[in-house]
Amino acid sequence: MQIQVNGEGRTASAGVTIADLLRELDIRPDRVAVEVNTEILDRQEFDRRGLREGDRVEIISFIGGGRKN
Amino acid sequence: MSQRSNERVRTMQNDRLIIAGREFKSRLWVGTGKYKDFVETKKAIDAAGADVVTVAVRRVNITDRSKENLLDYLDPKKYTILPNTAGCYTVEDALRYARLARAAGVSDLVKLEVIGDERTLFPDTAGLIEAAKILVKEGFIVLPYTNDDPVVAKKLVDIGCPAVMPLAAPIGSGLGIRNPYNLKIILEMVKVPVIVDAGVGTASDAALAMEYGADAVLMNTAIAGARDPIAMAEAMKYAVAAGRLAYKAGRIPRKLYATASSPIEGML
Repeated sequence: MQIQVNGEGRTASAGVTIADLLRELDIRPDRVAVEVNTEILDRQEFDRRGLREGDRVEIISFIGGGRKN
Repeated sequence: MSQRSNERVRTMQNDRLIIAGREFKSRLWVGTGKYKDFVETKKAIDAAGADVVTVAVRRVNITDRSKENLLDYLDPKKYTILPNTAGCYTVEDALRYARLARAAGVSDLVKLEVIGDERTLFPDTAGLIEAAKILVKEGFIVLPYTNDDPVVAKKLVDIGCPAVMPLAAPIGSGLGIRNPYNLKIILEMVKVPVIVDAGVGTASDAALAMEYGADAVLMNTAIAGARDPIAMAEAMKYAVAAGRLAYKAGRIPRKLYATASSPIEGML
């Protein structure tokens, strides 16, 4: 199925969870925030929430920044 | 050390910065943007002696996945990570970014920025107040980046912000304190900590802010953009400490005419 991750199209297997996706992307779950279709997920939901066709996922973290670049 | 300077050191050690029940060791807060790399960022922060660092909230770069993460260099247990809503021009965006920042599980502090203009990066104070109200209700510890208007500063405190962060000058402008009179009014009118944020250019600007009575100073470009950021970070550390000590020491008044330091008695 096709989903969007951080604004880019991506192919994913049906029923893949957020936790699966983070593992695939080699991203540590403990320092990111995740939104699916603008809903912010609780960390505990990462391995429960399965993704569906057309879902828009945002994976957010902190970067160096004291001002807008 | 003499007994008097021992006492002075103890007084300074008791001169704690406390915001929303949290104690901070350093009155110099620094941003983490515009450095060469994470190594330089950490060196500068440590040279500054800072324990509060601001970070921006952005998408993880999933196409270019270097293993490095800012928090690998800045341990959230050793530094207070203060996420900001940099780049947000609407209330909706600021709320979204603040909520995402908290969901990352590192902090419920947020430096709230709702920007009103691209060229000056001045805050949209109406939007700022609206967003601050909502975030305070949601349990955030909201530190708002505001302008030098005492009325706005008071409003922000009234709605529950435990500190205010008035700008000295536009972000990155290096102009220093543009309106010392308004800043002094804010310092008199507002009963919570005041952290001067944005526009600091060099050490004397930071010292001046502290001499006026500011509780802390936040800067990013002044350090990261200096020719030698590590040296400037160290300069800022001394400047903030000197300004604070001078403020607490109680300066002499300004006089138009001289007052001789030596007595006339005993003159030939």
